[in-house]
Amino acid sequence: MTATSSQHPTRLKIGDLRGSPARRRREFGVRVMFLAAASLSILISFLIILSLVGEAWNFISQVDLLLLVERGWFPRRDLYSIHTIVAGTVTVAGIGMLVATPLGLGAAIYLAEYASPRVRRTIKPILEILAGIPSVVLGYFALQVISPTIVDPICPGATEGFNVAAAGIGVGILITPLIASVAEDAMYAVPRSLREASYGLGARKRTTSLSIVLPAAISGIVAALILGFSRGIGETMVVSIAAGATGGSLFSVNPCEPGQTMTAAMTALATGSDQVRGATLAFPSLFFVGLLLFVFTLVLNLVADHFVRRVRIRY
Amino acid sequence: MASTPRTGAMTAGEVVRRSIQGTRSDWRSLAFEGFLVLLLVLTLGVLAWLLVVVFVNGIPTLAERGLDFLTSPLASRPQEAGVGQALAGSLWLMAFVALISFPLGIGAAVYLEEYASDTWVTRLINTVVRNLAGVPSIVYGLLGLAVFVVALRDFVGPGSTSGRGLLAGGLTMAILVLPIVIITSAEALRAVPGAIREAAFGVGATRWEVVRSHVLPYAAPGIFTGTILSMARAFGETAPLILVGAVIGGFNVEYDSIIGTLQGRYTALPTTVYDWARKPASFEGNVYAAIIVLIVVLLVVNALAIYLRNRFERRW
Repeated sequence: MTATSSQHPTRLKIGDLRGSPARRRREFGVRVMFLAAASLSILISFLIILSLVGEAWNFISQVDLLLLVERGWFPRRDLYSIHTIVAGTVTVAGIGMLVATPLGLGAAIYLAEYASPRVRRTIKPILEILAGIPSVVLGYFALQVISPTIVDPICPGATEGFNVAAAGIGVGILITPLIASVAEDAMYAVPRSLREASYGLGARKRTTSLSIVLPAAISGIVAALILGFSRGIGETMVVSIAAGATGGSLFSVNPCEPGQTMTAAMTALATGSDQVRGATLAFPSLFFVGLLLFVFTLVLNLVADHFVRRVRIRY
Repeated sequence: MASTPRTGAMTAGEVVRRSIQGTRSDWRSLAFEGFLVLLLVLTLGVLAWLLVVVFVNGIPTLAERGLDFLTSPLASRPQEAGVGQALAGSLWLMAFVALISFPLGIGAAVYLEEYASDTWVTRLINTVVRNLAGVPSIVYGLLGLAVFVVALRDFVGPGSTSGRGLLAGGLTMAILVLPIVIITSAEALRAVPGAIREAAFGVGATRWEVVRSHVLPYAAPGIFTGTILSMARAFGETAPLILVGAVIGGFNVEYDSIIGTLQGRYTALPTTVYDWARKPASFEGNVYAAIIVLIVVLLVVNALAIYLRNRFERRW
């Protein structure tokens, strides 16, 4: 080797190593293309914010602000009581969390701590299938099955099957797999050495799970719950189908009655008629509600992200 | 036979184990484990319950109508209404997702994982993508409504549809699944070990050559699984389509050109389910039958994705 190089004393310059100009040009082109694809997400976020804020501003600047604290949400009669649908949203998502928290965390603890690898391999895909059930299907299930069999005995005479409780339970079923999978990931990430130390001290499996693994994974579990809540707030179809109150609703947090959430209010406006773009403020009100929803879920997701990152840093 | 030391009927090992664990049976631990199993069974039971209800109620209609149900258009009478137009519309939406979201999403993932250095721009894009994935789907519907239906009306759907055409729905859906495609593809790319890249760089390949010939083929199963799952997500998504005007009720126009179809009215399978769900009880059989079609397609797609993942999963 040294012999051959000494026979060619001409020294290589940096330029010789850069390859042919055509190759470099192609390389540059590909890179720019990929960068453009990646930047598209920024453009999309920008468009989302722009379209939401633009129309929402139209709404806020034209609406009589006193209407926002009226007793009900009836956009077709120009009553835009935002707190009515915010209360409805929180009620539905809250009921959903009451259902999904025990189910999701229970499944997560079992899968992470108790289940044999074979059981894990069987059950995780089934949970993924549950997560993949479209929300329209769960909405119809909530209306047709959950409402008469579960809600009716608790609140007799629930109006024609439409009620907030059934919608909330439907939402809960929908977010259970999400909570289970995020929480399970968090517990699975807890290092084995912590468990072994606990067993070494003579602790039982139950004690180890509850007093060692659970506290060690608490950031991830909190993140799972926040993500579940955020998903519940943004859930649309279950509520649109099962909660009734498509025309509008009075302020109420009674789960036995029909109600409306921010999301369901939007679909109700859009399906009511093609005249959403009429002279009223109904059309811009859609975007105002959308902006609120966007901000709520964004804040929740950012907080959850913060907790998830804490898990990652620690282990 | 040589006598082995026995205390009663217990072996020595049994004695040791008992004295370590204590002789009391630990009913609290048993109860705790039983409780966990109960919660898990409840969760899975809901899925089973849902499937049973759907199939028991839907099979009669499906059996009675047969192929006719899959090909008939929307109609106001339940005996005539079918999911033909809905299936066609859903397939069109899938095509949009495949043609727009997949190249853009995979491209973005390649940039973020293979090209980008850790600058504030990269971090910004990563944060934005993660947050876009968490935005409720109905907000994408509002985006589609503002951008495609209102602002680009003359391009998207001039004439009778007033912007609420297939193009608006397809583009909205493509944007909706883009972040999911990016995230799953990026995960698949991250799973390819660095040594593979270094080997290719070592023989003088440029970055694009490394990506094309080494990284992408190795990440392909993961990317494929992710894209299939995002397709399934788009297939079941309803809320944004309602805002960007998937038809509810019925329409009976045949389009003879691709442009006409793209700018024309459309509907999708989940929107049809939603529409029928709000109709009188005579539509109940139709709703369940349509749900069966929806669920069967989704189960097949999901099973395919899980099979691919297990079949081609590589451990490094």
